[in-house]
Amino acid sequence: MKPRLVEVRRRVLAKNDRLAAELRARFGAAGTCVVNVMSGPGAGKTTLLAETLRRLPPGLRAAVVVGDLATDNDARRLAATGAPVRQVNTGSICHLEAEMVGRAVAGWDLAALGLLFIENVGNLVCPAAYDLGEDLRVVLFSVAEGEDKPAKYPTVVMAADLVLLTKVDLAPGLGFDRRAFEAHLRRVRPDVPLLEVSARDGTGLAQWVDYLTAAVSAKGRAVANGER
Amino acid sequence: MHELSVACAIVEGVVEEAERLGGVRVKAVHLRVGPLSGIDKEALCFCFDLAAEGTPVAGAELRVEEVPVVAYCPACVGPTPQVKQGRELEVVALEVFDEAPTG
Repeated sequence: MKPRLVEVRRRVLAKNDRLAAELRARFGAAGTCVVNVMSGPGAGKTTLLAETLRRLPPGLRAAVVVGDLATDNDARRLAATGAPVRQVNTGSICHLEAEMVGRAVAGWDLAALGLLFIENVGNLVCPAAYDLGEDLRVVLFSVAEGEDKPAKYPTVVMAADLVLLTKVDLAPGLGFDRRAFEAHLRRVRPDVPLLEVSARDGTGLAQWVDYLTAAVSAKGRAVANGER
Repeated sequence: MHELSVACAIVEGVVEEAERLGGVRVKAVHLRVGPLSGIDKEALCFCFDLAAEGTPVAGAELRVEEVPVVAYCPACVGPTPQVKQGRELEVVALEVFDEAPTG
């Protein structure tokens, strides 16, 4: 018996994309600006977010969903800022999926949240493939990782709305070559905005907070226009 | 790196399609993969067999077609920063037997 060929055309991640679209609609209706924060392990996502939560303007309520394979260490560090935090333990899964984010935000009054950070699992490969219903994707590279990380991991760079170069206070000690880093980044994404930050000495944090508050305002205006 | 999750998603989708086609037996799954999907072909094929085990797709062959990145704009007849092709990760066809296996 000969097999017959049936055309299917089915995107493999269609289920995640559908759940992400549902989340995006919920976040949109609530007016919550959602930022997916991605980097390799140890680039400083949690430290940056903890410092960011302390510097957001009063009246802008922010929460964090944080993913790790194991432990709630990051959630405890972030919760120390007073912000609502939910930890997702993915077990052996190397990225967050829309379904996990949906479960993590269950029970939260999204309308009361202006900003939701999703701190992805530390990984420069897999998270890039999964839409989480976010508005913005921010990718962090730390100066300790070397200048050519953007060239080595182009997929995540392709997905980024903003690139943050973190731990810049360490750059002199490491002999980090900013121009080389930027050249590697520009070869992948000539257009992506780049901001240098240090959560330790405060470099760039005011601009980063401005970037976030502008995104929150833009989202609020979009929601207001949509409702009219 | 997340090939096992992807393989499980492929199997889940193919099982659904096979049921929709009237409970056909799947001989092969044709998958189209772009370099920007972040998927490693060998790792995916290894994971696919594992993911298919114990499902109606067990024993099916995964045939991966790798397509190149295209960043070319036909309208302006030149390169574009927008990726037109290369992120693909989709099941494009199934080879099926209409009769359920016997014996």
